[in-house]
Amino acid sequence: MTGGGPLPLGLFATAGAGAGQISPLLWGLIWLSVVIAVLIALAVVVGIAIRARRERDPKLVPVSRSGNGLPLIYGGVGLSILILLALTGWTVTVIAGIAKPSAPAAFSVDVSARQWWWAFHYDDPDSGKAFTTANELHIPVGQAVAFNLTSPDVIHSFWVPALGGKTDVIPGQTNTMWLEADKAGVYRGQCSEYCGQQHANMALYVVAEPAAQYASWRTVQAAPAKPPVTAQTEAGLADFIGRCGNCHTVRGTPARGDKGPDLTHLMSRSTIAAGLLDNAPGNLAGWIAHPQGLKPGSLMPDIALSGPEFEAILAYVETLK
Amino acid sequence: MSTTEYERVPETASLADDPGLPERLRVLWENRPGLYGWIASVDHKSIGIRYLVTSFVFLLLGGLEALLMRIQLGQPGEHVLTPEQYNQLFSMHGITMIFLYALPVLSGFSNFLFPLVLGARDMAFPRLNAFSYWTYIAAGLFMYSSFLLGAAPDDGWFNYAPNSLKAFSPGPNMDFYALGMIFLGISTMVGAANFVVTVLRMRAPGMSINRLPILVWGTTAASAGILLSVPAVSLAFFMLWLDRNFGTHFFNASADGLPLLWQHLFWIFAHPWVYIIVLPAMGLVSDALPILCRRPLVGYTLVVLATVLTMVLGFGVWVHHMFATGLPLVASSFFSGASFIIAIPSAVATFAWIATIWTGRPVLTTAFLYFAGFIVMFVVGGVSGVVTAAVPADLQLTDTYFVVAHIHYVLIGINLFGVLGALYFWFPKFTGRMLGERLGRWNFWITFIGFNVAFLPMHLTGLMGMPRRVYTYPEDLGLGAVNLISSVGSFLLAIGLLLFLVNVALSLRKGARAPDNPWDAPTLEWATTSPPPPYNFALIPLIASRHPLWEDRLQEGSGRSVLDRGFTLDHGKEALATTVLDAEPDVILKMPADTVTPFVLTVMLSAAFTALLVQSWWMLALAGMLILACIVAWLWPKRHLLQIAAAGHG
Repeated sequence: MTGGGPLPLGLFATAGAGAGQISPLLWGLIWLSVVIAVLIALAVVVGIAIRARRERDPKLVPVSRSGNGLPLIYGGVGLSILILLALTGWTVTVIAGIAKPSAPAAFSVDVSARQWWWAFHYDDPDSGKAFTTANELHIPVGQAVAFNLTSPDVIHSFWVPALGGKTDVIPGQTNTMWLEADKAGVYRGQCSEYCGQQHANMALYVVAEPAAQYASWRTVQAAPAKPPVTAQTEAGLADFIGRCGNCHTVRGTPARGDKGPDLTHLMSRSTIAAGLLDNAPGNLAGWIAHPQGLKPGSLMPDIALSGPEFEAILAYVETLK
Repeated sequence: MSTTEYERVPETASLADDPGLPERLRVLWENRPGLYGWIASVDHKSIGIRYLVTSFVFLLLGGLEALLMRIQLGQPGEHVLTPEQYNQLFSMHGITMIFLYALPVLSGFSNFLFPLVLGARDMAFPRLNAFSYWTYIAAGLFMYSSFLLGAAPDDGWFNYAPNSLKAFSPGPNMDFYALGMIFLGISTMVGAANFVVTVLRMRAPGMSINRLPILVWGTTAASAGILLSVPAVSLAFFMLWLDRNFGTHFFNASADGLPLLWQHLFWIFAHPWVYIIVLPAMGLVSDALPILCRRPLVGYTLVVLATVLTMVLGFGVWVHHMFATGLPLVASSFFSGASFIIAIPSAVATFAWIATIWTGRPVLTTAFLYFAGFIVMFVVGGVSGVVTAAVPADLQLTDTYFVVAHIHYVLIGINLFGVLGALYFWFPKFTGRMLGERLGRWNFWITFIGFNVAFLPMHLTGLMGMPRRVYTYPEDLGLGAVNLISSVGSFLLAIGLLLFLVNVALSLRKGARAPDNPWDAPTLEWATTSPPPPYNFALIPLIASRHPLWEDRLQEGSGRSVLDRGFTLDHGKEALATTVLDAEPDVILKMPADTVTPFVLTVMLSAAFTALLVQSWWMLALAGMLILACIVAWLWPKRHLLQIAAAGHG
């Protein structure tokens, strides 16, 4: 799953209010830069073409204080100053525009960025409806959502290019930002501050969906996991609690670890390992068997499981819809 | 020896009066033969060449690191390097290029050229100069020795805390970097102090500050910047080392330290540093380009003011590296504005170069080609800098490959292309041989095309959203093609640089002998032989204009510089100090003889830093005592150096 067409992180098309406001300034600056660079390159090349001497030996060309070049400096610098002042004004205007969403945020999500995955906590006044999920955010289309960004380890940066600019996630402080999706879709995000060995594999997805769909997603996510129904998945739950439960939570079971992602509704997510793999049965099995081979340095260790243990845990995890 | 020896009015002569003078000076100034002479040399020319050669070795090492990374990134999902290997390589690539190549290569030029363009016999502090070189290479080796343990720094050259703290980096990687940078800071600081004092006091009589070549302005502005900025980073690395080893919590958020404190301390150093490693290169181009256009630089005074202004403003823009850190928007707006403003002095220099081409008669030597390429890439790096100065655009672009493209247009475009052009230009003076022009053209075009094929597409890679510092990327991000192009370009660039080295090797052996002034240039280094004699100038020149060797042709002013008659200063190893603004003769300086003390002191310092690294306190105590002994030996009053009082104005 990638989302966002052929260039999921590209800045060419926007799908959110913040990115939409930034885009004209960004591309205005880019095209202005192209024009200036081309003009200056032409000035150099044409100057050489017109003025260069055939001789390749400077000793053969007499020295003189010829011509008056100062007007070129004054003119060029004067024009540059006007352009730069105009750009400063434009920039400050856009800064003011993206500081806040046009309407107050509908709700906020607590983002906890960790080496090397994302925890998203959806709070709710009714604690039974609050829940935590990982690596896949859902937001309603057309509503601004606020984010409170914290990190328990190192600095990360929260970035969903199609929706808006990035904000660093810094331990010891809570940064805030907002995103608003204009249209339904799946948008890729990525940690964009170097955060250690697996910085490259720290992606996330934002699923923007119509309000009703979003509401039903939220209901599903808030519910605890369904109890296992077969003998194998029952054994799997027991093994899961023993072998995985120190790090992972499955709500409704004694597995309450918080070092790794909450897996209560793992099978509702489209990727695993922070966007590294599609959430397909083979990938999930491979990941549980040998995470260090797929994501070296990941904080999920290779755990020696017996064949039946492995099968049971896999079977149980696949029930976490 | 009495004080009158320093107060005497020096003898004035011409070589016709005193034909034996050059030989007498040679005996006084020449390095001793053999290994001892090599280690003991304090000659600024030997030290300058060593800086150049050593920095090029580091350039090759950094380049090899880059090529390995480009192989890994050439295809999505490559497995040539492990993530840890990649992270060590990208970190050491940055550290190498920014600290061990970019400034030292310019120090090489400045060391060699300063006394020559100023009409002096050596730098103000020759022993300190040798010490600066030895500590540079020692600090470089110290940092590189981390590879032997497989524990090179792996948190990038910017080394953000808390990822650099023990909790996340338990190995010695960061200790190598922290101590290595403090060590290197010693080299950088003493080198900068030496340049500043040399400029203020060692100019030939009559070389008032409005007659200085731009390269002197560039290096002096950069040196002043070093003196103000390097302490911040030495302190930051010291605090980091304490955090890692002694339980302080400057940057440790889990104990109420501030991770952002590191970023402020680092960038208030590292942003000025960017200007420190380009201003001297811009100075080299501002001096050499007009000579190849057969006219004086257009707008000398404006370019000088722009140089100084850039360095000053360079201290006011560091927060533009931190726009995404959640700082208040008002603060970001201020630094955004400052970052736009700093483009103005760069525009001054750009238009001055273009005006010089348009009003001159360019002679298309290889050096000229490099300078022309330099101007274009300077502008590309400049405008992409302006794009990222706009906070909202930066929030999208920061930490993407767009910034990788930007920094390489700045550092390769301005530093490396300026340096390569300047090497074609000054190689005859350095070595006495011309650097081959035919191979030079191939070298230029392959380097220029390779560089642009490698880095121009990276702007696009960034706009496609590729984050920096990732060891791999999945295929479905659509980044494979642009990365492959960049990888191919990087190998082309490497071939171009290899051709340069081949050209150097061939030219050193078979190149045409260089005359004193092969480019018919106007400044003092071309008034002496190629390569210059150990004493630079037998007669101290008297300067009357900015272009001593072009005066008659330019009809500049009424006075004329005097080069064929001047102070002989041959009562031992002597040089002349002049007054700060007007360069009037002030006092005779007794210059130190060759000495191994700077080298021995460096060895002891290396031992001390190694002791700190392994935390061996008895070894540190021993090294500390030996360091003190070296310093005492260095400062011990020597009869022939007794400088009792500043003498009356001669």
